[in-house]
Amino acid sequence: MSASVLFDTPGPRARARYRLAGGIGAVLTLGILAAAIWKLASLGQLDGDKWEPFLTAQVWTEYLIPGLRNTLLAAAISIALAFVFGLLLGLGRLSHHAWIRIPVSAFVEFFRAVPVLIMMYFAYQIFIQFHDMPGDLKPLLGVIVGLTFYNSSVLAELVRSGVHALPNGQREAGLSIGLTRQQTVNRILLPQALTAMLPGIVGQLVIVLKDSALGTAITYPELLNQANNAASANSNYVPMLFIAAVIYIVINYSLTVLANRLERRLLGRGRAVVHPATDAATVGIVPVDDVAHEDVMLGQPHHH
Amino acid sequence: MGELLANYDVLGAFIRTIQLTIFSAIGALILGTLVAVMRVSPVPLLEKLGALYVNTVRNTPLTLVVTFFAFVVVTQFRIELGTKNFNDNSFRWAIVGLAVYHASLVCEALRSGINTVPPGQAEAARSIGLTFGQNLRYVVLPQAFRGAIAPLGNTLIALTKNTTVVSAVSVAEASQLMSEMFENDSDKIVMIFILFAVGFVILTLPLGLIFTSMSRRLVVKR
Repeated sequence: MSASVLFDTPGPRARARYRLAGGIGAVLTLGILAAAIWKLASLGQLDGDKWEPFLTAQVWTEYLIPGLRNTLLAAAISIALAFVFGLLLGLGRLSHHAWIRIPVSAFVEFFRAVPVLIMMYFAYQIFIQFHDMPGDLKPLLGVIVGLTFYNSSVLAELVRSGVHALPNGQREAGLSIGLTRQQTVNRILLPQALTAMLPGIVGQLVIVLKDSALGTAITYPELLNQANNAASANSNYVPMLFIAAVIYIVINYSLTVLANRLERRLLGRGRAVVHPATDAATVGIVPVDDVAHEDVMLGQPHHH
Repeated sequence: MGELLANYDVLGAFIRTIQLTIFSAIGALILGTLVAVMRVSPVPLLEKLGALYVNTVRNTPLTLVVTFFAFVVVTQFRIELGTKNFNDNSFRWAIVGLAVYHASLVCEALRSGINTVPPGQAEAARSIGLTFGQNLRYVVLPQAFRGAIAPLGNTLIALTKNTTVVSAVSVAEASQLMSEMFENDSDKIVMIFILFAVGFVILTLPLGLIFTSMSRRLVVKR
C-alpha cells in the first residue's frame, strides 16, 4: 500500500505513530482473542475430547461429508437452473414486445424483493402437500426452488446489464448488415454479454453456496445442519461450527479468487465485465480487487 | 385474508423486522466504516486485519454467523446485553450477528465509494499538509459516502431481506410468523405467502427508489 495516494511516505515520526497504532490494534485483537479463548476454555469447549471426534471417521462419514455433498448438490442444481431461467428472463426483459417485457420485468423485480428464506418456506410447504413424493426429496426441492427463483432474477438483471454495457455500435453493426433485432441479440450481443458475465456468475455461486445454508430452516441436511446435528451428538458446538465455517470459507474464498482471475483475464483482453453488484464509475484511489458483489437491486453496468 | 390478519399479529411481526433492520444497519454502518478505514490505512497490520475480517465474514453463510451468536454466545456463554429476558437477549444478539455480517458489505461498498474519488483530491489534501486522518475525514470520506450511496442502498435492501435468517434460530420476526401460520392454516398457504412476500416488496421497493434517486442527486459532479 506504499503507493496509496491517501498518505505521504512516512517519515520517522509518522512511522512511530503507525507503529503505535499497529501496536494498539494488535493488543486489542489479542485481548479479544484471549478473552474468547479463556471463556471457551472455562466452558470446556477447548478440551481435547471436544476436538477428538474430528479424528474419528464417524463425524466425517456420517455428518460433515454427506452434509457438504448435499450443500454442493443443492448449489450446483440451483445455479444451473438459475443460469437457464436467468438467460430466458434476461432475454424477456430485453424484448421489444411490451407484452413480454412488462410481465417478465414484474416477475424479476418481485422475486428479487422476496427473501430467499420466505420462498424456501413456501416451496417446502407446497411440497409437503404432495403425499406421494418421497419425504427426503421435499427439503431438497424446497431449497432448489427458493434459490432458483431468486438467483434467476439476479442473473436476468445481469444479462440485461451485460447487453446494455456493450457499445451501441455492436447493435447498429448487426442491424446494418441486415440481421433482424432477434438475430442481433442472439448472435452478436448475447455471446459478448455472457463472457462479460462470467466472473459475476462465479461470484453468484458463492452467494448460492452461502444461501444453501438456509436449508437448515426447512430440515435439509446440508453442511450447517449436519454440523449442528454432530454438535448435539458430541456436545461440542464451538469446534463443530468452527470446522463448518472453515469448510465454507475455503470453498467460497477459492471461488472468489477464481472470479477475480477470470475478471482480470477478460479485462486484460480488453473485454467488458459486468457484476451483479453495481457502483459508480471508479477512478482509483485504492486498488479494489474484490468489491462485494452481493444482492444488488439497482442495476447499472459496472465500468472499469 | 381479513381472518388471517385478525388472528395473527402480522403488523407486529413486520415491526420486529423493521427494528432488526434499523438497529443492525446502524451497527453495520459504524463497524463497516471502521473496517474500511482500516483497509485503506497506512498501518500494515490494521490493513491486514481489515482484509482478514472482510474475507472471513463475507465467505461465511449468514445462517452460520447467526447460529454462532444464538447457540454459542447466548446459550453457552450466557452473555447478557443489558437484559435478563432470554428472548430479548436473543433478539439483541441477532442484531449483533446481522451487523457483524453486513459490516463486511458496508466496508466493500465504501471502498468502491472511495474509488470514485479522483486521486487528485487526495493529493491536493496531502499537499496542503493534511494527515491521513484529516484527509479521510474532510476530503475523501464525504465524497466517498456520496459515491457509495447506490451500493450502500443495495446493502440496506439485502439486510432488510436477510433479517429473515434469524428465524432459523427462532428469533421472532415476519418470516417466523409466516412459518407458524403455514403450520396452523395449511389450507391458506398461498395467501399467507403472498401476504408476506408483498410485505417485503413494500419494505424494499421504496428503499430502492429512494436510494436510486439519492445516488443521482448526491453524486459529486465532476
